[in-house]
Amino acid sequence: MEKEKLAKIYQRMLEIRCFEEKVYDLYGQNLVPGTIHLYAGQEAVAAGVCANLRRDDYITSTHRGHGHCIAKGAKLERIMAEILGKKTGYCKGKGGSMHIADFSVGMLGATAVVGAGIPIATGAGLSIKLRETDQVVACFFGEGASNQGTFHEGINMASIWALPVLFVCENNLYAMGTRQSRVMAIENVADRAVAYGIPGRVVDGNDVLAVYEVAHKAVERARKGKGPTLIECKTYRHKGHSRFDPAAYRSKEEVEEWLTRDPISRFKARLLEMNVLTEQRAREIEESVTADVEKAVQFALESPYPEPEEALEDLYV
Amino acid sequence: MRKITYRDALREALREEMAKDNNIFIIGEDVGRYWKGAFKVTKGLAEEFGDKRVRDTPISESAIVGVAAGAAITGMRPVAEIMFGDLSTLAMDQIANQAAKLRYMFGGQTSVPMVIRMPFGAGVNIAAHHSQSLEAWFMHTPGLKIAMPSTPYDAKGLLKTAIRDDNPVMFFEHKLLYPIEGPVPEEEYTVPFGVADVKRDGKDVTLVATLYMVHKALAAAERLTKQGVDLEVIDPRTLIPLDKKTLINSVKKTGRVVIVTEDCKTGGASAEIAAIVAEEALDYLDAPIKRVAEPDTPIPFSPPLEQFVLPDEERIIKAVKEIM
Repeated sequence: MEKEKLAKIYQRMLEIRCFEEKVYDLYGQNLVPGTIHLYAGQEAVAAGVCANLRRDDYITSTHRGHGHCIAKGAKLERIMAEILGKKTGYCKGKGGSMHIADFSVGMLGATAVVGAGIPIATGAGLSIKLRETDQVVACFFGEGASNQGTFHEGINMASIWALPVLFVCENNLYAMGTRQSRVMAIENVADRAVAYGIPGRVVDGNDVLAVYEVAHKAVERARKGKGPTLIECKTYRHKGHSRFDPAAYRSKEEVEEWLTRDPISRFKARLLEMNVLTEQRAREIEESVTADVEKAVQFALESPYPEPEEALEDLYV
Repeated sequence: MRKITYRDALREALREEMAKDNNIFIIGEDVGRYWKGAFKVTKGLAEEFGDKRVRDTPISESAIVGVAAGAAITGMRPVAEIMFGDLSTLAMDQIANQAAKLRYMFGGQTSVPMVIRMPFGAGVNIAAHHSQSLEAWFMHTPGLKIAMPSTPYDAKGLLKTAIRDDNPVMFFEHKLLYPIEGPVPEEEYTVPFGVADVKRDGKDVTLVATLYMVHKALAAAERLTKQGVDLEVIDPRTLIPLDKKTLINSVKKTGRVVIVTEDCKTGGASAEIAAIVAEEALDYLDAPIKRVAEPDTPIPFSPPLEQFVLPDEERIIKAVKEIM
């Protein structure tokens, strides 16, 4: 991969991390209504997959979706404004943290019903096939969603019709407080691919280059009309499920062990080793990302709330 | 004017619209060349437009609707078929939380131009899982439109409007209506949403009825005419949007209203219509609002049991007489 592209992926991951840290702070200052589900810790998945996508490719997302939006190229300030419930947000304040969409970059939106985005992604795949373009869809969901009926129905349909969809399972080990081993008799969600006759790949979801490589092959396969792939990225969320979850169901040792595999510090070390980055360049990127996120926060804070009556708009065409 | 069946009228609407717009496709269980739809509505369409545009699916109602929604937000205009209205329960999240809400939730960035067709209604002895009328559930979900044609003419005209609409439209047909014949012009026409059809002018009582009940209401009106009661029969044709104006104007004229629907009485479509009349025309009423509906049971199997729970002419006549 070109140096520029590698640096760009690193920047995207940092953007997500820095953005999520800001959201966490703003929440603490009572500036974020509702709740938040942070993506920190899982950056390599969104960044690694989306680095393979074109602007006209699609993604679908979940309640933990800020990272997907950023990775697909949505604007930080409009994401932040939506999270704060402002009129300038992507959904004019109607969606919030769990429902951000940016159709202009192919981000088809986040649905907060676990697993519900899977058939929608399959539908976008069918649309591509019927329109005879070479776009692809990346459908993000967690391991918890793989226990929903929509997982079975949606992937089966994508498989029988050879639709261009990457089903990207972000296995962060916990569905809210329920550890995977308590609700699944198998270790790998990707093993379920066998049931649909499609490739199933397990990848270290905290290694962005590994994610990139696996997604690259799946995108190639999809663009050639050969059908979907189920990719399971083993990863870990740094924070609890939502803002007020102290995550007491996870042991301190487990959390610390995963923190040593933080996807961003790992990637940075790798880039320094590969001479893609110097300490100086890394610092510049960090500073520029921090400034961009700060600008997004200012934009969001200064933006007006929607007029109350706007609640009645945007229902029907 | 030529007469064709309700089933053929629906098929004509699908065929004409599909011929005009390549983005329209049909998706559902056994809608293709092998079975041609459980009620044969899609007969011949796979042969004419290809299996690509008339897609047989696995038995996966949730994915049928979800896939249609995903295709709709990316440029297509799917017409999904759920084999029986009762099975919409399996697709409820995709209908009520996804298709209905995507546009609103995303601040108007997208539209969801799709139709979900399904047969409703009892009267053919297929019991509790194949006979329900569930329109009230969907009336309670903002973002959806609801069409319920009672004649071949309306079936064709409303389905064309539904397919051209940029919003998700729930299109409810009635099993007993598929074989009925009625006049349908050969030339192009559509029936707009939100415009009720006054099936019969009258001055004494307003009868509001939907889907198959329109025919029961008209038959009851015929019999009551002979007894000197002059009924006005109104078919709203679409519940969302609802033509309140025609309804209220009729009630203002007659001062009496009986609402006839095949769904359960409690929280049913008739409850909403009654509430609108009470809110907007109470001062014009000369008698209490009456409702004739299913008495809050599942639909039973055995013919005498099923007939007992279904609204019929006798019950409509009784309700009218109670307020005369």
